[in-house]
Amino acid sequence: MEVSRHWRLQTQRYSLVGETCDTCGVKLFPPRDVCLECEAPAKELYTFTGVGEIFSYTTIYEAPAGFEHTTPYMIALIKLEEGPLVTAQLTDVDQEEVYVGMPVEMVTRKLRTEGEEGVIIYGYKFRPAVETAVQ
Amino acid sequence: MSKDKLMKPQKPVGIVGYGAYVPRYRLPASEVARMWTGGSGGVPIQEKAVNGLDEDVVTMSIEAARNALKRARINPQDSRAVWVGSESHPYAVKPSSTIVAEAIGAVPHTQAADWEFACKAGTEAMQAAIAFVGSGMAQYALSIGMDTAQGRPGDALEYTAAAGGAALLIGPAAEAVALIHGSYSFVTDTPDFWRRAHANYPSHGDRFTGEPAYFKHIMGAAQALMEAVGRTPADYQWAVFHQPNAKFPQRVAKMLGFAPEQIAPGLLSPRIGNTYSGSTMIGLTAILDVAEPGDRILMVSYGSGAGSDAFDLEVTERLLAVRHLAPSTETYISRRTVIDYATYTRFRDKLKMS
Ligand SMILES: [Zn+2]
Repeated sequence: MEVSRHWRLQTQRYSLVGETCDTCGVKLFPPRDVCLECEAPAKELYTFTGVGEIFSYTTIYEAPAGFEHTTPYMIALIKLEEGPLVTAQLTDVDQEEVYVGMPVEMVTRKLRTEGEEGVIIYGYKFRPAVETAVQ
Repeated sequence: MSKDKLMKPQKPVGIVGYGAYVPRYRLPASEVARMWTGGSGGVPIQEKAVNGLDEDVVTMSIEAARNALKRARINPQDSRAVWVGSESHPYAVKPSSTIVAEAIGAVPHTQAADWEFACKAGTEAMQAAIAFVGSGMAQYALSIGMDTAQGRPGDALEYTAAAGGAALLIGPAAEAVALIHGSYSFVTDTPDFWRRAHANYPSHGDRFTGEPAYFKHIMGAAQALMEAVGRTPADYQWAVFHQPNAKFPQRVAKMLGFAPEQIAPGLLSPRIGNTYSGSTMIGLTAILDVAEPGDRILMVSYGSGAGSDAFDLEVTERLLAVRHLAPSTETYISRRTVIDYATYTRFRDKLKMS
């Protein structure tokens, strides 16, 4: 993906910025500009809290180009507390400890780099909620 | 003489929000010793914090900054500066600070810059933030000290060079969790530690690391500051000094006349290592996690090359109301996963892949 494409997506990707529907109040991620519930225009930006729980998950052993150096890693479908489901990598986690319903929180991490000399792509991942992780 | 050199802004300022970050992984010093000395000889700390494969100074700064903003409860758009002090910025050219500013929602009406001065880059940013707010140029300014420090394999620094740091949001005294009564800087040209452009690992002048470098500058800044504000070690509840290992901060505390109890809560190097630009600032966040209103704190950084910045702080009532709004420094330190030397070499990109 070219640098300009990454740049257009970065606010949404750095801090989980979506939209909220003025008409019915539904929160949307990723931003779509049209409400999925009532089809009204949704233009108001909304920054998600980043709090959610694991809905389903899998482990990737054969990674696509750009992600080879980080295998194995886990991908999960996260149910955000505001409602939407989002697909993201899990981080700071051991495979054995993951379960459906595990409380997680959003963190901004390195997703990958464009080779040795290209840009570094940052974006959201999810990890076990820190306050509960140490108990 | 030192009274005139006290750095004190016209408007009273303080720390209005603070946040720490320590990555999850720990490399025990015994693992480094196992690899290079057959496990014989003493080690300078118990273990050091290591960043994961997807972490760097930018991601770690973002998390510390978010924690500082949670405690300050301000709109990030009101911060007129985002400054990151580090010696391990991920890009040689392209600021870390703009990425951090974007991620925390502070752009576009803000200043952003990266600061460098070995291990005291973070406290320099803090002094600049004090000036920004204290002159009336800004309502708030964010200063961050963060590093993912590297030591050459087998070098003495490999035991201690660690990852972590803290963010301090400077703002008006009326909103402060800790007032800043003044600071003092003390600098000379001392060749104790350096890294040339394009070199992966730093070099150090062995004879220079102790007396003429660390001790001289910390003592110089601390004594001048205490003289300027008219205080003695007994007037401070707590003190925190830069922590290249476990021994140096304890020794400099003793030389200055501080008791072991005064530095205990901020002495983190035995458990997380030397977090370079993050070291003194994260020591301060650990103190703020336990301090009481009215407590005075002396904070003195050290950066090779060489210099120290000293700060005189006083905790306010407000600290108690906001302390719990973000994870404590101890929470991050307790979140630990021990790794072996092989995993460490992979995480720190020391494996040749092609
Ligand atoms: Zn709607």
